[in-house]
Amino acid sequence: MNDDTLLSARGLNLRFGAVTALDQVDCDLWPGEVLAIVGESGSGKTTLLNVLSGRMAPQSGVVWYRDPNGHLVDVHAMPAPALRALHRSDWGFVHQNPRDNLRMGVTAGGNVGERLMAQGSRHYGNIRAEAIAWLEQVEIDADRVDHLPRTFSGGMLQRLQIARTLVTHPRLVFMDEPTGGLDVSVQARLLDLIRSLVRRLGIAVVLVTHDLAVARLLAHRVMVMQRGVVVESGLTDQVLDDPQHPYTQLLVSSVLSA
Amino acid sequence: MNGYNFAYLDEQTKRMIRRSLLKAVAIPGHQIPFGSREMPLPYGWGTGGIQVTAAVLGADDTLKVIDQGADDTTNAVSIRRFFARTAGVATTTHTAEATIIQTRHRIPEEPLREDQIIVYQVPQPEPLSKLEPSRAETKRMHGLSEYGLMHVKLYEDITRYGHVSISYDYPVMVNGRYLMAPSPIPAFDNPKMDMMPALQLFGAGREKRLYAVPPYTKVASLDFDDHPFRTTRAPQVCGLCGSGVSYLDEVVTDDKGGRLFVCSDTDYCETRRAEGHAGTELAA
Repeated sequence: MNDDTLLSARGLNLRFGAVTALDQVDCDLWPGEVLAIVGESGSGKTTLLNVLSGRMAPQSGVVWYRDPNGHLVDVHAMPAPALRALHRSDWGFVHQNPRDNLRMGVTAGGNVGERLMAQGSRHYGNIRAEAIAWLEQVEIDADRVDHLPRTFSGGMLQRLQIARTLVTHPRLVFMDEPTGGLDVSVQARLLDLIRSLVRRLGIAVVLVTHDLAVARLLAHRVMVMQRGVVVESGLTDQVLDDPQHPYTQLLVSSVLSA
Repeated sequence: MNGYNFAYLDEQTKRMIRRSLLKAVAIPGHQIPFGSREMPLPYGWGTGGIQVTAAVLGADDTLKVIDQGADDTTNAVSIRRFFARTAGVATTTHTAEATIIQTRHRIPEEPLREDQIIVYQVPQPEPLSKLEPSRAETKRMHGLSEYGLMHVKLYEDITRYGHVSISYDYPVMVNGRYLMAPSPIPAFDNPKMDMMPALQLFGAGREKRLYAVPPYTKVASLDFDDHPFRTTRAPQVCGLCGSGVSYLDEVVTDDKGGRLFVCSDTDYCETRRAEGHAGTELAA
């Protein structure tokens, strides 16, 4: 692997009984790069995301991560406290359903501030100011800071989840279908927001999606998965405009053009 | 008393409790599981405290038992009489004369000394229980010292009420490591736990947990830098002894809005009255 690779996986294998979820998967991610993992349901996209982020152990293979000090660490050999610390600070995870991540009984400000407090911030005024600044970054009115998430719309919840994740300035964010379950106009606005935040903050993203339009809009590179195997990977435009593998050709041709 | 071992519990049980207590003292604020026994009083009445007291009680000890600061309430009277009958130990209502003090909901006003042990009755030993229902998860949080969630609760309180609204069982950090529930004592008493010369033992009978704060250990109430921990107290003075610094109980005296504020620590109040202090109620 290269000297400046941020995340690197080699030979990942994982089987659930007779089902192959990951079959000799390799992948690399550079700082500031957005990598989309596309494929149909059950192709192993989310499993790959969970294995890359250390939430699930592979049966064989290794995942390397370069920590902020430049040291390479084996994600699956890390002690649990170190991995949890990584997930709290340097990494972020955006779930498809924001309710899985947010605390629905805690105000928007408390939700955004939680990671700061977990890192040791102990100044109420600063935490609140930071929370308000982040709400504005994700285009939520500052006067909603004391409202409970259950009063928010679906798109706002997803934006709140993004604010909560980015507040600690992570270098790497994992996103699992961040626009799933939202209507088209809200999706467009959210994609626009994610794209500008990622560009401006230079965050590396591993994005799982079944929507090729999302991949085209956000990703620099695309990996196409089928039954646990990476069948094709490359620059987004290259893969989507000139698909080589039959499965990719099928995926690209099955997108309805409006 | 015939037919009973000294202090009711059998020796094996007392040894088991002492072993857990030694672990608890060695790791200040950390909850140690123990084989809590059925005691001849209901859960919630001090089954944890009474077992700890039985395990540390010696024949030459002098026992004081208080409930909400008072020596004369049902719970205090019955536990004191229980040990007087099953262990034959001397009992007292004077804080200064006691070597072991079992307490529910208060720490005596009079500062405790090195030769004293205070035993707290604890209903819920897990300070995170209201925020995180899973025991497995709270154990992990204690293990990794991940207490950000508790600060989220304080953040929410300040956001909603302008101040932290926890008035009793106010969470503390022990020795800079473990988050601990101080049992339902008023937040007013929290500062007394910090660097206390006496050994502090905590027993939760129903939840089967023991924990301890050794003498002269740092105990800090959680707060924010810009919203420091503050104790609150009714602004009145005690109607009987005139004390303006003790923790007060509000007693409704009639159905026309009459109320009387008196010290919740009855021994403190009586001692002051014996010294000649008098409140407005006695002077009248």
